[in-house]
Amino acid sequence: MAAVHTGSIATTPTTARRHSLQRRGPPALRGWITLDPLFRKVCAAFGLSIVSLLGFVVYELLRGSSASLARFGASFVFDRIWDPVAEKFGAATFVYGTAVTSVIALLIAVPLGIGIAIFLVEMAPRAVREVAGFLVELLAAIPSIVYGLWGLFVLAPIVRDGLAPVLRTTLGFLPLFTGPSYGLGMLTAGLILAVMVLPFIAAVSRDVLSAVPQMQREGSLALGATKWETIWHVVLPYGRAGISGAVILALGRALGETMAVTMVIGNSPQIVASLFAPGYTMSSVIANEYSEASGQLYLSSLTELGLLLFVVTFAVNGVARLLIWRMSRGAEGSRA
Amino acid sequence: MTAPARTTVAAPTRRSPTISSSRKAMNNVMLGLCVAATALTLAVLAWIFGYVLIQGARHVNLAFFTNLPAPVGEPDGGFLNALVGTAIMVGVASAIAIPIGVFAGIYLAEFGVGWLAWTVRFVNDTLNATPSIVAGLFAYTLIVLETHRFSAFAGSVALAVLMIPTITRTTEEMIRLVPRALREGALALGVPEWGMTLQIVLPAAASGVVTGIMLAVARVSGETAALLFTAFNNRFLSASLNEPMSSVPVQVYTYAIAPYEDWHHQAWAGALVLVTLVACFSAAVRLATRNRHQSLT
Repeated sequence: MAAVHTGSIATTPTTARRHSLQRRGPPALRGWITLDPLFRKVCAAFGLSIVSLLGFVVYELLRGSSASLARFGASFVFDRIWDPVAEKFGAATFVYGTAVTSVIALLIAVPLGIGIAIFLVEMAPRAVREVAGFLVELLAAIPSIVYGLWGLFVLAPIVRDGLAPVLRTTLGFLPLFTGPSYGLGMLTAGLILAVMVLPFIAAVSRDVLSAVPQMQREGSLALGATKWETIWHVVLPYGRAGISGAVILALGRALGETMAVTMVIGNSPQIVASLFAPGYTMSSVIANEYSEASGQLYLSSLTELGLLLFVVTFAVNGVARLLIWRMSRGAEGSRA
Repeated sequence: MTAPARTTVAAPTRRSPTISSSRKAMNNVMLGLCVAATALTLAVLAWIFGYVLIQGARHVNLAFFTNLPAPVGEPDGGFLNALVGTAIMVGVASAIAIPIGVFAGIYLAEFGVGWLAWTVRFVNDTLNATPSIVAGLFAYTLIVLETHRFSAFAGSVALAVLMIPTITRTTEEMIRLVPRALREGALALGVPEWGMTLQIVLPAAASGVVTGIMLAVARVSGETAALLFTAFNNRFLSASLNEPMSSVPVQVYTYAIAPYEDWHHQAWAGALVLVTLVACFSAAVRLATRNRHQSLT
């Protein structure tokens, strides 16, 4: 590849070969120049295929959930009863479980993730930044089944025997931290989700903070602000849109995460105040019941849960992308 | 006499009017918290990695790679069916996803202006973050429902849906890194646009494009949710795309939630294989992209 750059030095074997190729090339290729419009169209068709893939996914999900949509309509989202035997299906308990676990995850992961981003961009020496950045990316690449395994065999016992008793004695006056803990429950699911979305928040926030112009920091420091005051009053406000994007992106991941949550949430469709209690999320019920669901309406209701999940995550991710693009458009333009 | 007087007077006048001790304390505390956040996260990473490594290394052996699953209680069961299944399904998914992803990436990088390209890019980015279980549902209604059976092909389609956005995105980014002079040189020599793109630009970006493909392969190799009700599972060795097929992540899941101690051990071994795979891919990607940035900028 380096040889391509040194095209002017005709003595290297690679460039010599390239020259002869190009001498022969143009006359042979010139006749083919009429293919250019076709090539553009083929490429555009592949680009469009991605948009049509989206349409196809939506169509298939709608088709799959048509029976449930026709039977339950909008009440599907608000109904608490999930009874395959009586063929009554409502998604409220799953929506609740998905929302609660995602909120727990964000409450823990957002401060930590932004803290990491600040450390990596504003404080760490270059070498540390590279290594820590790589490790954070690695955390993001671990399959969710591995997180689930760790959550099931390591984290759940710790929550049951360590964290839950401590929370019960210190914050037990809140209904959130009452009742027995079996290890598997919404708190454990929220914790494992926090670990999983943390790398996204950290990585995207890091990119956002890196895009803040150095002049902004220098101006603030020159006015006598401390490093933290510069970060708090200048750098973070400048990157607010991008960091919000990172957080919403993480929310999208948390809402759709399936395996790790399925393994630690306890899989019990109920709405109770205690975070120690087992719950159920939209993605978990699909994962658990889909392959064994019998009856068209049952399958259809599960598919509608998937459709709901898809619509929500698509909207959430769309908003996040718009925020991040608005923030980084300037930086990307200068790079290209 | 004068020297100590100067230090005691000069230090406060230069510092204290602008930065009070409370502001300094605030500065130190908050920056300290940022360091602590990073340290805590890295500690959790080390914990997870270390645990998987130790548990996995204790239970991984040759039989794990060469044997089929054994009934509960019998020794020397293995993951051979799952390893072969993952390889086949990821292979088929790549065959579907790579052409689409690479050409869509070329489109975005070379002709990607205007509202159409904007739409493609936006849809691609949002598809990239679609929950994998939704890809499974898509493949289920598309294929399993029609053919009335779980099949490896349905699993491959679900994985391909997850691979396409990643490949498209990295291909676009890598092709954009190819210097403008290279394109201009090719065009000046009379090479048509399609020849320039396919024979000059794409080879120049090849290592980066391959990196993106590897990233996508690494991601779907550990994918469970999309395969649960498409490829399902299979206790036997199968190479047929029309039959249910096992995969490493699904088998890890099945073993993890089963109440048998020796199956748990095998699940840890499977997790170790997955983590090793992902770590190797990530490191290779990191190396490849770093060299790339150095050579092109």
